Amino acid sequence: MQKAWKVVFTVLMLAAFAVALAGCGDKAEEEKAEAPAVEQEQAEAPEAKTFKAGFVYVSPIGDAGYSYSHDLGRQYVDKMDGVETSFAENVAEGPDSERVIRNMARKGFDVIFATSFGFMDPMIKVASEYPDLKFMHCSGFKTADNASNYFGRMYQARYLTGLVAGSMTSSGQIGYVAAMQIPEVIRGINAFTLGVREANPDAQVRVVWTNTWYDPVLEKDAAISLLDAGCDVIAQHQDSPGPQEAAEERGAYSVGYNSDMTAFAPKAHLTAAIWNWGPFYKETVEQVRDGSWKGGESHWMGMEKDIVDIAPFGSMVPEDVRELVEAKKAELHQGNDFVFTGPIKDQAGEVVIAEGETPSDAELLGMKFFVEGVVGNID
Amino acid sequence: MSFELIIALLAATVHSGTPILFATLGEMLTEKGGVLNLGVEGMMSVSAFAAFMICLTTGSAWLGLLAGGVAGLLMGGVHAFVTVNCLGNQVVSGLALTILGGGLTEFMGTPYIGTSTEGFRPLMLPLLSDLPVLGPIFFRHSILVYISYILPFLFWFFMRRTRLGLAITAVGEMPAAAAAVGLKPRRLRWFAVTAGGFLVGLSGAYLSLAYTHLWTTGLSGGRGWIAVALVIFAFWRPFRAVVGAYLFGGVMAFQLRLQASGTDIAPQFLLMLPYALTVLVLVLSAWRGTRRSQGPGALGVNIEPEG
Repeated sequence: MQKAWKVVFTVLMLAAFAVALAGCGDKAEEEKAEAPAVEQEQAEAPEAKTFKAGFVYVSPIGDAGYSYSHDLGRQYVDKMDGVETSFAENVAEGPDSERVIRNMARKGFDVIFATSFGFMDPMIKVASEYPDLKFMHCSGFKTADNASNYFGRMYQARYLTGLVAGSMTSSGQIGYVAAMQIPEVIRGINAFTLGVREANPDAQVRVVWTNTWYDPVLEKDAAISLLDAGCDVIAQHQDSPGPQEAAEERGAYSVGYNSDMTAFAPKAHLTAAIWNWGPFYKETVEQVRDGSWKGGESHWMGMEKDIVDIAPFGSMVPEDVRELVEAKKAELHQGNDFVFTGPIKDQAGEVVIAEGETPSDAELLGMKFFVEGVVGNID
Repeated sequence: MSFELIIALLAATVHSGTPILFATLGEMLTEKGGVLNLGVEGMMSVSAFAAFMICLTTGSAWLGLLAGGVAGLLMGGVHAFVTVNCLGNQVVSGLALTILGGGLTEFMGTPYIGTSTEGFRPLMLPLLSDLPVLGPIFFRHSILVYISYILPFLFWFFMRRTRLGLAITAVGEMPAAAAAVGLKPRRLRWFAVTAGGFLVGLSGAYLSLAYTHLWTTGLSGGRGWIAVALVIFAFWRPFRAVVGAYLFGGVMAFQLRLQASGTDIAPQFLLMLPYALTVLVLVLSAWRGTRRSQGPGALGVNIEPEG
């Protein structure tokens, strides 16, 4: 009899753990996104309706990284008159995100920004259920009548950071801690390498894949392995500042990504390729409010729209390098997107983009080869 | 590969093998007492967070280390309560701890992602760190690594030369016989599980205080599972655990360096290596299954009350 009681007790205890866990997960999100909305529905009925914009992030905001850069954009929108914003962070791609997006839609958010690739299908699905609301998806390719997508030409900023890295290396070996083998990452490595080789034609960019978006331990280790192999500048694609920390400790230089990472590596940080979502988010909100917003569109914007930029130079970057980079930046700023204009050779030395030609957006979005000067491989 | 690169590789081997070594010894102590704990992965991440939090708020890396150990000890206490007092299934309780640990760390740790602490920095041992070859490989790490050099000897001495260690071994082999000679099997199992949890907690603290100084969730990254497998690989012997831990640390460090030096081998293959090695090791130790490769006799079996 006593034994049976103990088994029951154990099972109950395990069940309590499970319930506690499930409770934790839901609470975090409800506190942020749902709690205030309920009260407002009753209070504000007669007055002019406040405009509500919702943001869904794949990772925690933290204080650096991809979601952090989107949240800076949200804060920019939040300062507008009559606009209220809300966000849900750390939302898993897939079914979880569909629930979060639908929750926002049910609360009557006028526009919802879903900022990760894996939110695409869930968002399109919810968009078909709420035809009156507007949806914006970042980094995907599907659209609907009330859903558009958007992304930035980050490769332009990476090219500029490559110019800086190529000018600052003395060993001619630059390390790149790479995330996943997808065209976005490959395009970034290629643009960076083109910049490096323009400043230093003999330099090489060594690539180590981590297959992670955020793993400070592994990403720092990968950077150290590149430094051991003779690299003296470290660039990265992941959200963690791990590689920056490695460069700082070894007295090497580093190039950040997503947002200004100077705080993590004050002596090493040359510059960073950064996102600047604020102006675009503001413009989108204004368009939705005055009715000029259009669905079914794809926006792929670069420096001409100030979506991407580079962080302020570290004090170690000399004046002539700054001038060179500023001149190229001014050109990109005028809308002259020359980064991948041929002739461009692949790793085998064969010309893949002929002289004077510029690849189409479709070709850029499907890029699957490394340019000459990259040491590493894709399979 | 140049000579300097090999030295750097071996130094990185010690660096990444150390957390696995702490956890393996912790799990070994637990299993020596006859309790299987599959919660290592979860205990590691909770203690990594506890260590980080305490180091962040008090500014003391040593208090952080202690907090990591205590967090591991408390999680071990939960496992001991469920399995020793309530006679709960050891596998289920361990798995629940892994899930609980991952969830708790995610829940409590998310607001701190991206913050950093001072933690432990490399400490050059005088004279020793200037030795050619050996110096850069073994004596330019944080103090936790030096502790890990002594630990296997202490572990061996404790298990083989002290009354308490021998009593734990007896309880792990045959609790009824141990009880017959007047030992207290339940109390001894409690000790083995919580003390083992403390060691696992130190490995978590190493991850957040010495391995990286930046906080993020998911620091344990599968190392806890590797530790569970390594106990079998090591045939429950501390010195073989050192070999196993460095073997795994070495493979992890090697695959990154192979990529950095420019190779034609697919990176996916290299990233797979540590896990493929785990499977291989388990198959080999099962295949060479002689008497000496078997675990404690009562491993995984709860002590039923008499009558």
